[in-house]
Amino acid sequence: MSHSLFYLLSFITLFFALLVVFAKNPIHSALYMVMTFFAITCQYLILNAQFLAIVNFIVYMGAIMVLILFSIMFLNLNQATEPQKSSLLKFAGVISAGLLMLTLVGAILKTGGGDVPFELIKPDIGLVKNLGKVLFNEFLLPFEIASVLLLSAMVGAVLLAKKDIN
Amino acid sequence: MDIAFIIEKLILISAILGISLVIAMYTTLAERKFAGFFQDRVGPNRAGPWGLLQPLADGVKLFTKEEIIPTHASTFLFVLGPSLSMFTACITTAVIPWGQDLFLFGRQVSLQVADINVGVLYVFGVVSLGVYGVMIGGWASNNKFSLLAAVRSASQNISYEIAMGLSIIALLMMTGTLSLREISEQQAGMNWNVFYQPLGFLIFMICSFAETNRTPFDLPECETELVGGHHTEYSSMKLGFYLFAEYINMFVSSAIMASLYFGGYNYPFMHLISNPNLAALIGVAAFFTKILLFIFFFIWVRWTVPRFRYDQLMKLGWKVLIPLAIVNIALTGVGILIFWK
Repeated sequence: MSHSLFYLLSFITLFFALLVVFAKNPIHSALYMVMTFFAITCQYLILNAQFLAIVNFIVYMGAIMVLILFSIMFLNLNQATEPQKSSLLKFAGVISAGLLMLTLVGAILKTGGGDVPFELIKPDIGLVKNLGKVLFNEFLLPFEIASVLLLSAMVGAVLLAKKDIN
Repeated sequence: MDIAFIIEKLILISAILGISLVIAMYTTLAERKFAGFFQDRVGPNRAGPWGLLQPLADGVKLFTKEEIIPTHASTFLFVLGPSLSMFTACITTAVIPWGQDLFLFGRQVSLQVADINVGVLYVFGVVSLGVYGVMIGGWASNNKFSLLAAVRSASQNISYEIAMGLSIIALLMMTGTLSLREISEQQAGMNWNVFYQPLGFLIFMICSFAETNRTPFDLPECETELVGGHHTEYSSMKLGFYLFAEYINMFVSSAIMASLYFGGYNYPFMHLISNPNLAALIGVAAFFTKILLFIFFFIWVRWTVPRFRYDQLMKLGWKVLIPLAIVNIALTGVGILIFWK
């Protein structure tokens, strides 16, 4: 059951991910990306990671994609005003994306991707209570450091958005 | 999963959907009646006794009107917009506990469709999804006014979601659970959360007004500046869906406010009633009474308070509500430390 569900969801994820790249209209592209995130949320649900699923839902689908749509709507995008990148930049993009794929494929092969489906060691770890206990006991220091990092990023963003820095 | 369980859930889902649609229908009538009362006139009174058939007449009118899709609009997205608004308005009811368990035919029947243990976050997820209906519809109309309304609505929703989430955090610190069922159970009798979290409730309520696009926060459909807002280009039932979704949203956010802060299905002296079924039914009645009172409050505010200016709206959200919500979290933390432990 969950096996076939996984393949179905993976297909949907990849299908919409490809549409994000191939869609001509940037708004359509962004909406396909929303669908991709939704499929990924469902993947988390199969893994019994409820908290991660719902946070992915709220943050990526609800906030980040709305902001992306928001900024795309303001741009007057058409063929004439489309910025043309130089071929050097295009090559750099292709090479870095290829390297990323190489790393990912290597990592997957190393972990022994076979026919055997992975079993979760602790299936309940994704529930809010368990996740909170782990985060605030075992991983308290990394968690706090990450929070400080996010806070400084936020302050930086506000500073950049200000018109005159005096 | 036995058959009885599936049938039970199906009946429950249909009943909840039916009830929320009927309540939303009659809220439109109530709104116009109360508007008439506040403005010293009669209100709709032609269709049926006291105008009771007015919602039906409105529905027939909307269904039979000509449907227009603008020439340069993207057809699929144009239709998707109102559908999405309606869909997101309806699915929040899944996690709301409507009452205590009933005992029917030797089975314990839960009056909640799904008791997921991240219920509160689910509500947030759906609320944040709600903005897509307005955004997609506004953009697909290919009209500058609609686009401006869509952008306004997106920024308004995101701004007020933050304050809403922060006000909820203080509540969660007290209850220690994300399940709406457990939050309702903890408020048995008159032990309502609003007595412990008055400030949190106030922030949450203001944000609910903003999230449902009701006056004084109805900037997305501000007639004086934006013609009809995001639904300028819509006609027929697609317009009806947008308008109707607002009323369903009102019903749902009233239900959420009632179950988070006003005790949900709890009522005073409930432990004196020995028959569990009777107690549960009175609980459902109490819950709906609270919901209807909140809906009345929504209407009351709409016909009393004028609309904010856009900069005032943003200032209220970012410079008043968010700092207040953070102060509330700190106060709650201190309170828990001193009085609880």
